[in-house]
Amino acid sequence: MQDNTLLQMRNIDKLFPGVKALSNVDFTLRKGEIHALMGENGAGKSTLIKVLTGVYQMDGGEIFVEGEKISIRSPQDAQNNGISTVYQEITLCPNLTVAENMFIGREEGILVNRRTREKLAAKLLDELGIPARSTQQLGSCSLAVQQMVAIARAVDMKCKVLILDEPTSSLDDKEVNMLFDLMRDLKSQGVGIIFVTHFLEQVYEVCDRITVLRNGELVGEYLIEDLPQVELVSKMIGKELDELSNLGEIEEKEIENKEVFYEAKGLSSSDALPFDFEIHKGEVNGFTGLLGSGRSESVRAIFGADKVNGGEIKIKGEPVKITKPIDAMKHGIGYLAEDRKRDGIIAELSVRENIILALQVMKGFFKPISRSEAEAFADEYIKVLNIKTASRETPIGSLSGGNQQKVILARWLLTHPDYLILDEPTRGIDVGTKLEIQKLVLKLAEDGVSVTFISSEVEEMLRTCSRLIVMRDRHIVGELKGKDLNQAQVMKTIAGGEAKNE
Amino acid sequence: MNNENENFLTGIKKFFKKIFKGGLGQLTIPVIAIALLVVFNIIRDPSFFSIAIQHNNDGNIVLAGNLISIINGASELAVLAMGMTLVTAACGGQDISVGAMAAIAGSAFVKVLKSASVINAPIVLLGFLMACLVAVIFASFNGTLVSVFKIQPMIATLILYTCGRSIAYWINGGATPTVSSPIISGIGSFIPGIPIPTPVLIVIAVAIIFKLVFHFTSLELFTQSVGINGSAARLNGINSTFIKLLSFMILGLCVAVAGTIGVSRLGLINHETLLLDVEMDTILAVAIGGNSLGGGKFKISGSIIGAYVIQMLTITLYAMKVSSTDVKAYKAIVIIILVVIGSPVIKAKFEKLMTHMKNRKKVSVKGAQ
Amino acid sequence: MMKKKFGSLVLVGSLMASLLFSACTSGGSTSTTSSTGSTGTAATATTASAGVIKVGVVNNPPSESGYREANVKDMEAVFSTANGYELKTAYSLKNDEQLQAAQGFITEGVDYLLISAAETTGWDEVLKKAQEAGIKVYLFDRMIDVDEGLYEAAVVSDMSAEGDTAVNWLLSQNLPEYNVIHIQGAMGSDAQIGRTGALQAQFDAGKMNCVVQQTATWDEAEAKKIVESVINSGDAFNVIYAENDGMAKGAVAALDEAGITHGVNGDVIVMGFDCNKWALRELKAGAWNYDGQCSPFQAQIISDLIQGKTSTSTKKIINEEKGFDAKTITDADIDTYGLGE
Repeated sequence: MQDNTLLQMRNIDKLFPGVKALSNVDFTLRKGEIHALMGENGAGKSTLIKVLTGVYQMDGGEIFVEGEKISIRSPQDAQNNGISTVYQEITLCPNLTVAENMFIGREEGILVNRRTREKLAAKLLDELGIPARSTQQLGSCSLAVQQMVAIARAVDMKCKVLILDEPTSSLDDKEVNMLFDLMRDLKSQGVGIIFVTHFLEQVYEVCDRITVLRNGELVGEYLIEDLPQVELVSKMIGKELDELSNLGEIEEKEIENKEVFYEAKGLSSSDALPFDFEIHKGEVNGFTGLLGSGRSESVRAIFGADKVNGGEIKIKGEPVKITKPIDAMKHGIGYLAEDRKRDGIIAELSVRENIILALQVMKGFFKPISRSEAEAFADEYIKVLNIKTASRETPIGSLSGGNQQKVILARWLLTHPDYLILDEPTRGIDVGTKLEIQKLVLKLAEDGVSVTFISSEVEEMLRTCSRLIVMRDRHIVGELKGKDLNQAQVMKTIAGGEAKNE
Repeated sequence: MNNENENFLTGIKKFFKKIFKGGLGQLTIPVIAIALLVVFNIIRDPSFFSIAIQHNNDGNIVLAGNLISIINGASELAVLAMGMTLVTAACGGQDISVGAMAAIAGSAFVKVLKSASVINAPIVLLGFLMACLVAVIFASFNGTLVSVFKIQPMIATLILYTCGRSIAYWINGGATPTVSSPIISGIGSFIPGIPIPTPVLIVIAVAIIFKLVFHFTSLELFTQSVGINGSAARLNGINSTFIKLLSFMILGLCVAVAGTIGVSRLGLINHETLLLDVEMDTILAVAIGGNSLGGGKFKISGSIIGAYVIQMLTITLYAMKVSSTDVKAYKAIVIIILVVIGSPVIKAKFEKLMTHMKNRKKVSVKGAQ
Repeated sequence: MMKKKFGSLVLVGSLMASLLFSACTSGGSTSTTSSTGSTGTAATATTASAGVIKVGVVNNPPSESGYREANVKDMEAVFSTANGYELKTAYSLKNDEQLQAAQGFITEGVDYLLISAAETTGWDEVLKKAQEAGIKVYLFDRMIDVDEGLYEAAVVSDMSAEGDTAVNWLLSQNLPEYNVIHIQGAMGSDAQIGRTGALQAQFDAGKMNCVVQQTATWDEAEAKKIVESVINSGDAFNVIYAENDGMAKGAVAALDEAGITHGVNGDVIVMGFDCNKWALRELKAGAWNYDGQCSPFQAQIISDLIQGKTSTSTKKIINEEKGFDAKTITDADIDTYGLGE
């Protein structure tokens, strides 16, 4: 057992001004093992990874690689010790070829000519079963393949420890399976893999061992067989999880009797094909489908986020025109965008400013919300949504993902929308917050707000939505409600339903 | 008495602690720069900052001295820096044509004064409004290129930078006309009975107007949102094209004010030299003020302090009889130092040093116990 | 990729725009002035008599500077129809355009060709053709690198003479002590070198004391700052020698704010250069003491030579440099010699 140990981190401490991000954390990785590092956002996963890769310097503790004590002061040090990372966001250069990307920034790369470089790269790609040509521009590969190229690059640099930080968050099922095959392949070669993810099912699919962190402290290390999924979740959030399955059910009859709030006929945008859609007052419905099926594009069209090309829109039966976001907002529609970093947060502005932004825009340029009013709003929502932030003046960028998402939610709730569109509100955030958001959605519906809820986790949508619109290849292929609302039926519809819109 | 003294001392201590911790936020660097320059000058010449009260040649009582020269001389720069801060924040780039535009605005101002038979207050006001109009039109041209056609600000404004002074030349037919009137000298130097140079008062007025605009509109929030994350701003219903254009138009107004001050100082428009090279100083003032030149969060007060830092540096070098050809080189050196100190790399190193020292202190305290 | 291309497109576009602008300034003035020239020709042609002397002038455009503006006006005034001339003009900042214009005048058959060249080289061919055609050539303001035999005479300014005149005037004031603030123009320009030389010699010889010597690069605001800084430092001075009128005005503004008297009966002697009309008026009012000029008036000298009223033994005629004293300047001087309006 001792021989088998590849990496050992002992008593790691890391302080940030005012916060102890890691306190006395141990972590052990063995050869040929896939080891999941789990925890809610803010539990200290990223910090631990960053200490290991030299992005941060630890304030206390020791790191051993193959029994030898090492010190890591920079990412270069980490690499020299055989520790490589593949981040969530691709950090390679999309305008270079695959081969160039695999050799960039490595001393030996300079001395090797293009032809040999391409040959070496091709050989490695072949070995690892990565479906890419070495001469291809990286940008022309799918995200999954790009990620795999990044892994190949790490492998080629003789890495012993491979860290995969949320590698699957933007991949579809097929691509995830490809990635897992690659991981298993590497595992058999003796590489130790640290796998950070939010997808619990994936953990149980590939991992051997799990280490759980909570609030910067070690909860424990478990063999996968010893820790059922429910227990894992309760370890992560630190409480028993009966609540998870007990979300309220809403009678769908009740909803159909209520008035239609929003109705679109033949709505299309630069990115979405024409489709029909309606939502009742107090209804929660969802768009589902694989990535690229057009679900996000459709709801963006509703909000006027992309250039609207045509279609008739009625709100409460009255025809209206919605061509840009401000039109939609004025008609009581709010939209929480899919990509939180790109389309949601204003990173350097404070939580307060982020919360009041949409309301301020609706009030208009010449009617600024006073400072005291804004502070009151911010305090209120920080409390209601239980946002964990040092203060309302903290820049939103320094909050954890889940709390950022809550701030954006607060921003839209503050506008008191009649219809709220939530595109992937729970992506990349921890289980506890996910649950809170789901509850909030149902609570809103009870209060008469219509909600469209999109999530790549079907499970989650089945729990919250009373009607699911299924899309494939940019077409609506089915609408499920009542007893049809189950995983099997959704999968079936995604896989083979008939196209409904043209 | 003793108590008071102690309070005062702890107050000072707190202030310095705040400064060294970077507690003044982005104002830390410009404030330290000013403090260093002040200390340096006082050591070099204890009477450097002495202010004299004297009669000028019009018989008015006025204040004079290096401090007044600095604050007075930086007026145009300070006004331009305020406008430039907005453009920088919204567009993530700078307008390099402000000097040329100021020459155009100044020429328009003089043109109106020259066409009147007698220079009185309404004519001067008309001239100023004309300068504003002309400057806003040209600034909107820049703004349209940037906001609608998405051209990089530096490249978009390169056009006016190149030909702006030629346009100014056409306005007054190539002459360097002079205007003299008590009203003009009232704007450019002193109003009888007020011992403070009028340009200084104008800067204060402009700063107050900015403050009021920020108070009574959402300009600050919207500008920062557009600058930090244009995509998110758009999805929150902000018209980013308009905000960018607006920032240029406001800069245009600042240019008109600066041009009018510049012309009024001497009652002379020289389209070739009016506010020559001021664009670079303006951008530096914004940078020294701790504002990111890539856009986003900003502090107008930082830019104003930045303007005074630059001017204090110039006057200090003049007082040391450094040749004005060399002044630019010295200025460049000091500015490089300031900007490097303000860079994220050095800031991070400094913070680390501070925490290190703090930890050591704690350890030693523990040890003592 | 698209973005990059677009960026370079814009760059090219802006370059084209700037080229267009510059073409407009030079090209525009050439066409307008030559068209007035030709209408002038048409007018005189009807009353043409054998006594009319045809003169072709190749010059820089009046927009070049206040100096050139006065120079052009002077030419037009002296070689007027009333004085028995028929004047054709061509203005350009570019040597090749000037050469073409000269060629054109030769073909048209002028009697005299007057040239202020943009560049000193490239004129041999044209001047030889003029000689073959029997056209007499006078150079004014600027010399050309050609054989002396190719032109009748060159009427030029001597920049250092201008400085000498000014410094001699200053010496003649017999001050007990000379503490001079010297504000220079853009370093390296002809005017700066000429105007600095004589004063520098006095500093070097120890006859005058240099309080400060700074360049304000012709910028009046900068000049004001320089003088302000001297006043603030408390150094004593009694002369301001500014190398153009604008900078002198800037210096005077600083004196005014500090309550220091200047000009005739003042504590500080103020000297400027260029003789703008507004500056001469300051002089007349006694606010300044001296204004020097690099004379733009060569037309009368050439006219006299053409009409045989004077003759010259040397090919190079140094134009007399003017210098005006506040005590002696007259309104007539302002009208005759003042530049601008």
